[in-house]
Amino acid sequence: MRDAFIAKLTDLARNDPRVVLITGDLGFGVLTKFAEDLPSQYVNAGVAEQNMTAIAAGMAMSGWKAYTYSIANFTTLRCLEQLRNDVCYHDAPVTVVSVGGGFSYGQLGMSHFATEDLAILRAIPNMRVVAPSETWETEDLTAELAAAPGPTYLRLDKGQGGVGRRDGEVARLGKARLVRDGSDVTLISIGAILKECIAAADELAQKGVQARVLSVSSLKPFDADAVLSAARDTGGIVTVEEHTVLGGLGGTVAETLLEGGVHPGFFRRIGLTDEYPTVVGDQAYLRTVYGMDAAAIAATVRSAL
Amino acid sequence: MTLRNDPSADPVILAHRIRKHALEMTSRGKSSHIGSVLSMAEILAVLYARILNVDPGAPDDPERDRVILSKGHGGAGIYAVLAERGFFETEKLKDHYQNGSIFSGHVSHKGVPGVDLSTGSLGHGLGVATGMALAAKRAHQDWRAFVVMSDGECDEGSVWEAAMFAGHHRLSNLIAVIDYNKIQSLAPVAETLALEPFADKWRAFGWTVHEVDGHDTAALEGALKTLPDDENRPTVVIAHTTKGKGVSFMENTVLWHYRTAQGDELEAARAELAACDPEVRDA
Repeated sequence: MRDAFIAKLTDLARNDPRVVLITGDLGFGVLTKFAEDLPSQYVNAGVAEQNMTAIAAGMAMSGWKAYTYSIANFTTLRCLEQLRNDVCYHDAPVTVVSVGGGFSYGQLGMSHFATEDLAILRAIPNMRVVAPSETWETEDLTAELAAAPGPTYLRLDKGQGGVGRRDGEVARLGKARLVRDGSDVTLISIGAILKECIAAADELAQKGVQARVLSVSSLKPFDADAVLSAARDTGGIVTVEEHTVLGGLGGTVAETLLEGGVHPGFFRRIGLTDEYPTVVGDQAYLRTVYGMDAAAIAATVRSAL
Repeated sequence: MTLRNDPSADPVILAHRIRKHALEMTSRGKSSHIGSVLSMAEILAVLYARILNVDPGAPDDPERDRVILSKGHGGAGIYAVLAERGFFETEKLKDHYQNGSIFSGHVSHKGVPGVDLSTGSLGHGLGVATGMALAAKRAHQDWRAFVVMSDGECDEGSVWEAAMFAGHHRLSNLIAVIDYNKIQSLAPVAETLALEPFADKWRAFGWTVHEVDGHDTAALEGALKTLPDDENRPTVVIAHTTKGKGVSFMENTVLWHYRTAQGDELEAARAELAACDPEVRDA
């Protein structure tokens, strides 16, 4: 996803001299070509994310389309007030790119886990919150977001949802993707943890449970219609996110359903409960440890049915 | 019309009008920070009467100089100088701090022509101005980015992140003016977090430093009118000022960071300002 984003951004930057990529001294090997080919559109702000974000805001207010780049918490929580006051209040065209959604950097420990970012960024007015599940979605959304510049959070995952592009399929801002249809339950995920939902749906199918799978790449704007339809058409809703269950995808879906007046047959949120992950390991391992892998999702569905 | 080419503007008179407006605005709104506005009146006056390439008729001109009041709590001052210089009617200043107003206590750009950045949380202005200066350099444009800062906000680490970046990138089109009134929210700066040796800190970060009497309009103009004076360095003008300048009982006090003038105090402050009104005195 990260490499696909950089490749797409490089294309965009070649065609638009006002695209500028500002890194917080991260991206070893990944940003090299961009920096070499487009030096006047590249800035390494150093290990100083507050200033990186302020620089991006200042450039964006002066005719540039700025992209900040670092590991998830550093482009977001470290400089949250610069995002809130300088970028979003001024509606400045800054795209905040975080690499390493969820447990992508699972061996690096709590400091590198991005597990509150979606909820926090979603609360900021004017901020679009986007978390693709696939490489091809990343390419589509990067292009679409660039065509309509504005404050944006783009969360890139190390993993992959693993569902290839179907003929004619295009990822769109504000549109959920119907990955698989079913009537007994709807599994709704955000980002690459879609892979676990697919596997859970396979497992449930073997037991005769037909699960609809919805992939949300755009938490804000949010595809309320897809979620309301899922609640009407299927037996219940389970949200799955590599993130706290507080205020992210699960919270957004719950708000949407209640305000839409649609009561699902059952509703469960899978994700981190209100806790710090202290165990380390790779992304798949941590999904298992923290109860958000395919087996855990399937078990949640079976217990709810 | 760019304001710096307006021979009719007198920085001394403009500074006095800023003070009078700010006193009335903060009194009417029962708001704080009159001391912080009084200390920077000459800084704003010289910038808007002599230095800035800005045009009230075209406040969004992409080639204009950018101006950020990073000490956003001095909002009454920037609103006053913008009104006096024709960005909007002075009558609108009466809305400051009132219900439904767009003139918030801390600076907001929404609906206010001439404001380039909303501020109020300290330590933001220098970084954004640095980004603006970098934008101009990279686009080969000649405009400059000015930022007026407080001394207390230099406690913020983000100020020094920006200072290091601007020095490293040789942003000669970036000019910071620090209203060094020596008093912050609860106590004197020297007792809170000492800034001295202040000028040396900026020099060490790669900046050219000017130190001037921040109430001497000729000295301020002298320091600011030829900038940038080094093609390889950003510039900071450390303006030594007096908090509460112009009203004797407000000068050099911590109290008047937050206190608002009402009743007898308001009358006394009005009388002191009136007694040194350059438009009356020189008439």
